[in-house]
Amino acid sequence: MIGDGFLERFRREGRIVVVGASLAGLRAAETLRDKGFAGSLTMIGDEPHEPYDRPPLSKQVLLGRATADRTALPRRRSVDATWRLGVPATGLDMAARRVRLGDGDEVPYDRLLIATGVRARPWPREEEAELDGVFVLRTRDDGAALARRLAEGPKRVLVIGAGFTGSEIASACRERGLAVTVAERGAAPLVGALGGVVGAVAAELQREHGVDLRCGVMVTALEGDASGRVRAAHLSDGSTVEAEVVIVSLGATRNTEWLAGSGLGAGPRGIACDAGCRAFDFRGIVTDDIYAAGDVARCPHPLFGYQFLSLEHWGNAVSQAGIAAHNMLSESTDRLPHMEVPAFWSSQFGVNIKSVGVPSLGTQVLITQGSLEEHRFIAVYGYQGRVIGAVAFDNARWLPFYQELIERTAPFPPQFPTVDRRAEGQRPVDAGFPDPSVPSHGPTVTLSGYSPADRRMTFTPAH
Amino acid sequence: MTPSLLHQILDFANRADPYPIYEELRKTPVHHEGDGPYVVSTYYEVRSLLHDPRISSDARNLASTTGDPLTETAPEEGVLPPSFLRLDPPEHDRLRRMTNRSFGPPHCPHRVDGMRGELHGIVSGLIGDIGDTGRIDLVDQFAYPFPVTVICRLLGVPREDEARFHVWADTIAASLDPDPDADPTERGRSAHDARMQLGMYLAGLIEERRRKPGDDMLSELATAKGPDGTMATMELLSTAALLLIAGHETTVNLVTNGMLTLLRNPDVLERLRADPRLAVPVVEELLRFEPPVQLVPQRTTLTDVEVRGVTIPKGASLWLVLASGNRDPQRFENPDRFDPDRKDIQHLGFGSGIHSCFGAPLARLEARLALSELARRLENPRLLEDPPPYRQNAVLRGPRHLHIACDGIRP
Repeated sequence: MIGDGFLERFRREGRIVVVGASLAGLRAAETLRDKGFAGSLTMIGDEPHEPYDRPPLSKQVLLGRATADRTALPRRRSVDATWRLGVPATGLDMAARRVRLGDGDEVPYDRLLIATGVRARPWPREEEAELDGVFVLRTRDDGAALARRLAEGPKRVLVIGAGFTGSEIASACRERGLAVTVAERGAAPLVGALGGVVGAVAAELQREHGVDLRCGVMVTALEGDASGRVRAAHLSDGSTVEAEVVIVSLGATRNTEWLAGSGLGAGPRGIACDAGCRAFDFRGIVTDDIYAAGDVARCPHPLFGYQFLSLEHWGNAVSQAGIAAHNMLSESTDRLPHMEVPAFWSSQFGVNIKSVGVPSLGTQVLITQGSLEEHRFIAVYGYQGRVIGAVAFDNARWLPFYQELIERTAPFPPQFPTVDRRAEGQRPVDAGFPDPSVPSHGPTVTLSGYSPADRRMTFTPAH
Repeated sequence: MTPSLLHQILDFANRADPYPIYEELRKTPVHHEGDGPYVVSTYYEVRSLLHDPRISSDARNLASTTGDPLTETAPEEGVLPPSFLRLDPPEHDRLRRMTNRSFGPPHCPHRVDGMRGELHGIVSGLIGDIGDTGRIDLVDQFAYPFPVTVICRLLGVPREDEARFHVWADTIAASLDPDPDADPTERGRSAHDARMQLGMYLAGLIEERRRKPGDDMLSELATAKGPDGTMATMELLSTAALLLIAGHETTVNLVTNGMLTLLRNPDVLERLRADPRLAVPVVEELLRFEPPVQLVPQRTTLTDVEVRGVTIPKGASLWLVLASGNRDPQRFENPDRFDPDRKDIQHLGFGSGIHSCFGAPLARLEARLALSELARRLENPRLLEDPPPYRQNAVLRGPRHLHIACDGIRP
């Protein structure tokens, strides 16, 4: 396999299999072809659809401004691949270099890219989850079904979980004029990702837009009527919410079960890989023919002490896919590290929210520009005396500056004056993140320690 | 002794090709002479400072204006309050937000795109009226009247008043740039007078629009009641003056620089003629290659700011040379080559950060339409003089005339 001329031969006639036909998988395939890979390329996806974009599903699609089947990702170039869509990968034989498929087929590879992403965490009680009117939102089909139901004008919608997806759904429902109740176990919406200080602003936004927001409560049971349609939810404070539509928005689960027993360092926290996206096996030895990218990957990050970092972010999927593809075709000395600073955006209740770095790691927060009360501000997060993250509400144009501070590990609190500094920007306060041992929908960025084979963690459902 | 780089930039003799001076300038990314401004010329540093909240656009934060030839006679003082171009948040954000409510998404998503047909009609009319194809002044016959007609329609300013406000707009634009031969006091006074007259003219117009609103921007700005309330009359005057002047003095250069560049690159002109969709990357590359606003001279530091090892002291005057950053070889391969096939044209032509060009969507549409139609309709066009004569202005840089000829006009 390895030796003089291997790479040239591989680039000419090798076999690459990409498991996961979404954003990361597609961008990786395009990069492979861009960089001259002329061998065979197989794209495997469990959904029947060609790669599509997910951010519009909780926004334009729910508003009825776009239909779910019009969210296909724009193609940067043709990828000339064999598409195996609608069939999941069910197993991996690392020694024989084969991927097993749900239909019994096996696909051989010389190099494999795993980009299987995450899926919506379902309502834990199966019989309640199956009630008509109970939804999750992750896929195009989820989006289409939910949009159809919202267009029918349900009397009330209940959203369980006020993370980014849940909050965006609530926003879209209000924009459609639907009555909405949001039930959040934490003290405020977005509290897991942005902390209590900024979460309080998110709560104000929801209430000002007419959301019936209930924090500090759990949904204990969903109740159906005789025809199997959901009609109400029971809350831990003893109250009942009558709703015709219930959307379960409790975060995501990584799609790694199909790798169980394969020997790969894959578990509930994702697939551990090195900074060059090469996957580790469960012994902590890096493979040279298996790569991972996108939401399912976790890789060491220099800004965070080389702890493994998992990111459920659009931009991360794109850049990591590019790095993985480049490295799959490169000599070891030409490989590139994935060092993207985490960044994501959300749009809800008329506000553009954008984040850089890892705010959820912060212990303190300083409002350096604008004001919380006006819902337009920059919040800078500090961790052990350095700037670790920044969040903008309707102020995104300043963020590149704060990203530079994060990259430079600049001291926190920042000592300099800025434009639009208010009284509240004089002194940092506790950022108000919940106790990490309390389960919630959680942030979309997590540090997951140093062990490449960490399979011990199990998620305790919140409900 | 060679004259200072600053004076070489302002020297009219260098107007046709300032790029070798910028190249020299980039050898010292933060250039400072005597008590003059700090001049930043490399791509990454310019971009970084455009996003830096320690940098102010408000002239009141300047420690002193002496030594900076571009701010010594700041003409905005006194007559009208500063426009949002010269303000910091939160005032800047509030005024720009209120103005945007009648210009762009989310409240007004169709304003620019809805003008497409009208723009096309204006372009066709101007090309149809060209007359003698043996000697065309592309500036006077096309590149100037086109954006002026557009900005008049957009704002609701009567086109027939053009002769009046043209003089004021030119005087105000010229005052942003020192003519070394002109008396600075005199220049300051004439700019002051021009702003006064433009302000009075606009006040009359706004009064009319308040009584009888149309669907133009002035009417909407004068009558809107959004979450930020209604603009105070003086704010409205400053904003209207800003839009009128900016709509006047920049797109003309983008279109003229564009045609000049295309005529110097006949292969690209031919490709554009064959495929008008090429206008999109052509205009982006133009904004990199020959940006209509060469530098931003109106920024200052709120505190000591270190850039590439140089400490720029609090209250210093800053020039951010966009046109030089656009030619920085650290950022763009073969920067002096006009190449619309570049994959990654993230130019600084519209600036960046909160002050990035407000009218960019309109300017893009105007330039794309103008250049693709000129390419399509002019038969065998050619330059009659190269380089053409330039305007005095080093900041808003572009040819005063562009004499071309062609064999005929296609239908």
